[in-house]
Amino acid sequence: MRDKIFSIIKEAVTELNEELDYDTLKNVSEDTPVFGGEDGIDSLSLVTLVTEVESGIFDELELSISLADEKAMSMRNSPYRSVGALLEFALSKVEAA
Amino acid sequence: MSEVMVITGTRKGIGRYLAEYYVNKGYQVIGCSRSEMDKEIEGYEHFCLDVADEQAVQKMMRQVRKKYGRVDILINNAGIASMNHILLTPLETVRKIFETNVFGTFLFAREAAKIMCRQKYGRIVNFATVAAPLKLEGEAAYAASKAAVDNFTKVMAKEVAPFNITVNALGPTPVATDLIKGVSDGKMDALIDTQAVKRLGTFEDITNVTDFFIRKESDFITGQTLFLGGIS
Repeated sequence: MRDKIFSIIKEAVTELNEELDYDTLKNVSEDTPVFGGEDGIDSLSLVTLVTEVESGIFDELELSISLADEKAMSMRNSPYRSVGALLEFALSKVEAA
Repeated sequence: MSEVMVITGTRKGIGRYLAEYYVNKGYQVIGCSRSEMDKEIEGYEHFCLDVADEQAVQKMMRQVRKKYGRVDILINNAGIASMNHILLTPLETVRKIFETNVFGTFLFAREAAKIMCRQKYGRIVNFATVAAPLKLEGEAAYAASKAAVDNFTKVMAKEVAPFNITVNALGPTPVATDLIKGVSDGKMDALIDTQAVKRLGTFEDITNVTDFFIRKESDFITGQTLFLGGIS
């Protein structure tokens, strides 16, 4: 499951970066920074990314989950701060579904 | 390919009329209500759900995206009302009104906008009411819920504008539907008398506005609430 969700996130980040062309998003790993800090994407790009990941999980795993989170804008605890954090967050939602 | 439109609260009243009207205009219309349609509409797909059920709304919208590939228009019509003095209104009534009118509108708008932002195009029309600007006595909970929809519309319009999505609201006067069947003739006459144009609204008055909001050319019209009957 972890590998599947990672590949969904990786695909979504790669697709988003076709428009953004950020160096930091070119080789996607769990350490790849996503949102917040100097290297992070902006909030509109984050919305696109999160939407893409939710859709990917629905299409490939047939699970309807929401990746909305109160801590979205928090620098330290945001589940969107890195690919790894987003992966853990999505995994927890999938397991709870 | 015809444009894909989602309408909530399509079993009866304005929602049912909107579904038939837009199917006849060639749109692919998908609707929902708590129960099945009394009479089917050809070329229309129906989902049974509670608009305040987050899981059910997400599932429906994702199924729509999967089947039709896109959602161009959302008309957030589902709504309930209740007339009562504040001192006699149970909390449960207020909760139900807010669940349908505010949470339902929020959930469908959020899920539709997720699809629309990927396609960089969308039109969302919410339903407000003249009861809010008129501060109608006996409709505190209903008017408050629709005032929330009005403000939600304006904020959301700003947040999704970069994705070429417009969000507007329509504030109808009373229209002859089940929503107003419990209101006495005297009260209704007094209400209509506050309007600049003194008559009940019609279904055609509603579609005149929704047609305007959803036009491709209306991409510079967003965050607006248009009240019918000369109310402001």
